Amino acid sequence: MTEATVTVSEISEAPSSQWRDVWRQFRHHKGAMFGLVVFTVILLAVIFGPYLWQIDPTQVNMRMRNQGMSAAHPFGTDQLGRDLLARLLAGGRVSLAVGMLAMLLSLVLGTFVGVCAGYSRRLDGLLMRVTDLFLALPLLPLLLVMVMLFRETLSRAFGPETGVFILIVIAIGVTSWMHTARIVRGDVLTLKEREFMLAARSIGTKPSKMVWRHILPNVLSPILVSATLGIASAIITESSLSFLGLGFPPDFPTWGRLLFDAVDQIQLYPIRVILPGVAISLTVLSVNYIGDGLRDALDPRIRGR
Amino acid sequence: MTWKTLLLGATASLAFAQVAQAERGSDGEVRVIYYQAPSILNPYLSAGTKDEEASSLILEPLIRFNPAGEMVPWLVTEIPTLENGGVAEDMKSITYKLKPDLKWSDGTPVTAEDVVFTYEYCTAPGGGCAQASIYEGIDKVEAVDASTVRILFTEPKPVPYVAFAGAQGPILQKQQFADCLGEKAPTCTQQNFNPIGTGPFKVDEFRPNDVITLSANPNYRDPAKPAFAKMTLKGGGDAASAARSVLETGEFDYAWNTQLAPEVLDEMLKGGKGRMVFAFGSLVERLEINLTDASPSLPADERGTVKHPHPILTDIKVRQALSMAIDRALLAEVGYGDAGKPTCNLVPAPAAYADDTNTGCLTQDIEGAKALLEEAGWTVGAGGVREKDGKKLSLLFQTSTNAVRQDFQSIIKEWWNEIGVQTELKNVDGSVFFGSDPGSPDTFPKFWADVEMYANNFNGADPEAYLAERICSKIPSPQTQWQGQNVGRFCVPEYDDLAVQLGQTGDLEKRGEIARKMNDMLTRDSMTILPLVYRGTLSAASNTLGGVDINAWDSQLWNVADWYREK
Amino acid sequence: MFHYTIRRLLIAIPTLLIISLIIFLLLDLAPGDPMAQMPLTVPPEVKERMRQALGLDQPLLVRYFLWIKQFFWIEPLNVLDSLFGWNLVGDAQRIISWQTRSPVADIIAQRLPQTLWVVGLAYVIGVLIALPIGIISAYRQYSWFDQIGTFVSMIGFSVPTFFTGVVLIILFSVKLQWFPSIYDTTLVVDDWDSLMKQIRQMVLPVMVLALFNASQISRFMRASMLDNLRQDYVRTARAKGLSEKVVVLVHVLRNSMIPVITVIALGVPTIFGGAIITEQVFKVNGIGQLLISAIQANDVPMVQTLTFIFAVLIVLFNLIADVLYGILDPRIRYD
Repeated sequence: MTEATVTVSEISEAPSSQWRDVWRQFRHHKGAMFGLVVFTVILLAVIFGPYLWQIDPTQVNMRMRNQGMSAAHPFGTDQLGRDLLARLLAGGRVSLAVGMLAMLLSLVLGTFVGVCAGYSRRLDGLLMRVTDLFLALPLLPLLLVMVMLFRETLSRAFGPETGVFILIVIAIGVTSWMHTARIVRGDVLTLKEREFMLAARSIGTKPSKMVWRHILPNVLSPILVSATLGIASAIITESSLSFLGLGFPPDFPTWGRLLFDAVDQIQLYPIRVILPGVAISLTVLSVNYIGDGLRDALDPRIRGR
Repeated sequence: MTWKTLLLGATASLAFAQVAQAERGSDGEVRVIYYQAPSILNPYLSAGTKDEEASSLILEPLIRFNPAGEMVPWLVTEIPTLENGGVAEDMKSITYKLKPDLKWSDGTPVTAEDVVFTYEYCTAPGGGCAQASIYEGIDKVEAVDASTVRILFTEPKPVPYVAFAGAQGPILQKQQFADCLGEKAPTCTQQNFNPIGTGPFKVDEFRPNDVITLSANPNYRDPAKPAFAKMTLKGGGDAASAARSVLETGEFDYAWNTQLAPEVLDEMLKGGKGRMVFAFGSLVERLEINLTDASPSLPADERGTVKHPHPILTDIKVRQALSMAIDRALLAEVGYGDAGKPTCNLVPAPAAYADDTNTGCLTQDIEGAKALLEEAGWTVGAGGVREKDGKKLSLLFQTSTNAVRQDFQSIIKEWWNEIGVQTELKNVDGSVFFGSDPGSPDTFPKFWADVEMYANNFNGADPEAYLAERICSKIPSPQTQWQGQNVGRFCVPEYDDLAVQLGQTGDLEKRGEIARKMNDMLTRDSMTILPLVYRGTLSAASNTLGGVDINAWDSQLWNVADWYREK
Repeated sequence: MFHYTIRRLLIAIPTLLIISLIIFLLLDLAPGDPMAQMPLTVPPEVKERMRQALGLDQPLLVRYFLWIKQFFWIEPLNVLDSLFGWNLVGDAQRIISWQTRSPVADIIAQRLPQTLWVVGLAYVIGVLIALPIGIISAYRQYSWFDQIGTFVSMIGFSVPTFFTGVVLIILFSVKLQWFPSIYDTTLVVDDWDSLMKQIRQMVLPVMVLALFNASQISRFMRASMLDNLRQDYVRTARAKGLSEKVVVLVHVLRNSMIPVITVIALGVPTIFGGAIITEQVFKVNGIGQLLISAIQANDVPMVQTLTFIFAVLIVLFNLIADVLYGILDPRIRYD
């Protein structure tokens, strides 16, 4: 990164220039740029794809079973004549939606706990014990158990698909906020000792305003990094659950489910396994690279080198 | 038909068996894989198929069923009948004579006391015996002498061959299990994992849910058998990897229940290392139609009870139209391949009880179905959904969560859609659907839906108890804690009379006649049960494994003593 | 340090008790039915009697305290019994699995060896690969080695193990037939041949898991090295004229290892937890497979005991990691 000769910006400057700086650094991270492009393409494809490719992913067509690639079905059809491309797009929507919502939930939880613990000395002990407790719970087993427990109750309340969707988002979110909380708490603790916080407090800023105006913007970078990594692990977790047969119901396409359903036919129709497998891997890979790039770009010690 | 193929299969395997005239243990090791791993070797504590079949290698019953569904004397000299005096004139007792010189694998003799003990074991209070139903209606089991045992029934029993028969009713050794009666049954781990039996193999090591290693029983009654000195029964994985390990990599000799899509199996068979074997018992995948109204607007204790007849499905024309719209042959092919046949019968076998004239439902007739619905007053309304008096022809269709069933649901939904029936699909996790929690709204007997799909069969080769499940008093309701298997709430007095008659008739010919009539009443005549696929059992066997004679009426491993290595 | 350890141990006890109660309640309120797997030919009243035989008709709290007593008192006694041939347990009821009607602890003991072999070995190999990769990647940041190392480790934790596992089986077991597709847990290693067999059946699962572990630890190693390489003491060391080898491999490495070692310690409980997916894919019937099959069969005592053991291990290794941190880093004093 020798060509990046940028003036070292002060934190007290307007935030926009700080972000421009980050972007400049980020742009030079080849992996991160690759990740950003790939992830954007995948995101656009699953958001707008179903509008362009209007075949219903659950439409059964017994006359078109097990078709190979053709113009009508670019990736062929499955054992019930359902269009694979449409299923992949629909599956991607669900998988990405689960990943992002679960990440959002864990982020909100983690940031909340982290800020509270870091800011209020009284809550610190209790909240950190709770965090430790959650860290001590075995996660994958806990997830499996949660799915087994609440699947029926929620399916009944919201219908099988929405119910399981809510369940999986909550389950993943609730079991993955602890690292964010710890990082945020650490950052808040160091922030509290800084001069501008002292200044803010001395002019009588209300605690809530302190948090919104001064703390949150300054802990944004660790949050962003853990957000990207959170999406990646949430997508992997969702597909693992589907792969173990404990995720979404069989007729509901998600990438993990598509892969699980196709494993039996891997020799006959390898593409049915490879497509969802590659889709999961590529998404997670690109998100991880974005996270990596963000971390480098946000690190003030590297930034500006 | 079924029957013929079964017989042909049986004769073919007999021909094989004659080739094998080897000495005990001369063929080395045989490796079997069960993708659902056995968790216990005592079938009285678990009725799971995997556990029953694994224990059948070691423990044996008095009589067995062959692949044709006929009784075979196993530990006894002959099948007792009225003619040979084994069954009393009043049909209230039956007497079995044990084969001479029978020995347990530890060398001690098998006596009538062991048989009596087995009955006591399963009926002891607090033991939670899983097979208690086959010992019902028995007053007493007594040892007449060391090798003669008599069962006394409380009522006359025309078909007394239920106790001590098949994979469900093997004999335990009294000496070994004497301290395991009642509440102590689950604590006898050593006994439950290493039962002493009369079968061709004995347990060397049992690792629950993982692997069983067995070796030839030195005291087996046929000195030339089994041909294998060792057997490994591995568990775990999934059907596809089990099939692959036999058909493609050759790591195993026999893979149990390799239920896979036909084209997947064809591809694996190209490996050239094995073959598929299949047999048909009495398992039928069916649609049950709810004759009562289960709509959520009713109070919970009246919902789905006979008090509220179903607003749509009480009309037989609608039920018939639903049946006509289904292409059963296609379903069988897509879902089960060689192990499935389209059927219109609830009792598809054995031949004596199956009505092979009931084939009307086998041809799909979409136009006919539409016409029937028109006739019933259901006309096409908005969005292609039929309506009558402002009510939409819309049904809730539920089943357990399972890949094949979800495929079936989607396909059937398409067909019903074509005839203007709107279908909402629902699937419930198997452990809830087949569970018996009266508080859960999703169990299959509670049936708070309009149509549901599952499979069921009967033990042994006699459908009497199975058909008797459909009488009026077996309708699930809040009073019965939602138990009972007359899930469609079918209630016709004539049917109840026939059920009583069947229970009193000993003559086989007449029994068949009554059973066929009952079967037709439930299916063809009333259309309350729509059988879809007659499901068989499909397993994979190595080409080097001889003597395999797969059996759907008893344990698949019933004749493992005859298995041998082809040279 | 000693006081700190004792205090942490004391805090761990109520934490574990709370966890045990949560686990017990969660599982107990689950809607599943252990009898649901029985065929429909078993009538409901028989199922009801079977349920009673499992003790399911007892009140919730009674079962909880019974389980706690069994877990903390009877099972440890049983371990002593089997070690020294005593008979302290006598007739007391141990934790019994519903599925197999045998003591849960015995089955777990039976499953541990294969899990420790496969998952443990994969962990050791993963660590051994990860450390050098992390060190070189950091030392030559943004070099081609770093780029490739980053890419491989990204692949390692981006491609799900169930995907790699399935593809590897098709490739190496079915097409090439180099390795078996089903793990043999009964294999006894006593000579050269059986050792080769054992190695062959372990290659695929260990490979998949080791790649996954290595990719995570190498990222940590790299980050930690990078942090230290920029420190002033490195400049000082170089200025003193120490050779580059000594600077990197002695000074920087030592300091960088501190957080990495704690990360490695924190990962140890996952070895005992088994790798649920890898075990499932390669049919290594270990602890992970035991858990998933128990969940599928609604075998509540088994799931309770397993998850609780995992929780104990995690608490324990968290403590070990913290203590290690204190020992390795003289700047940290807990007292």
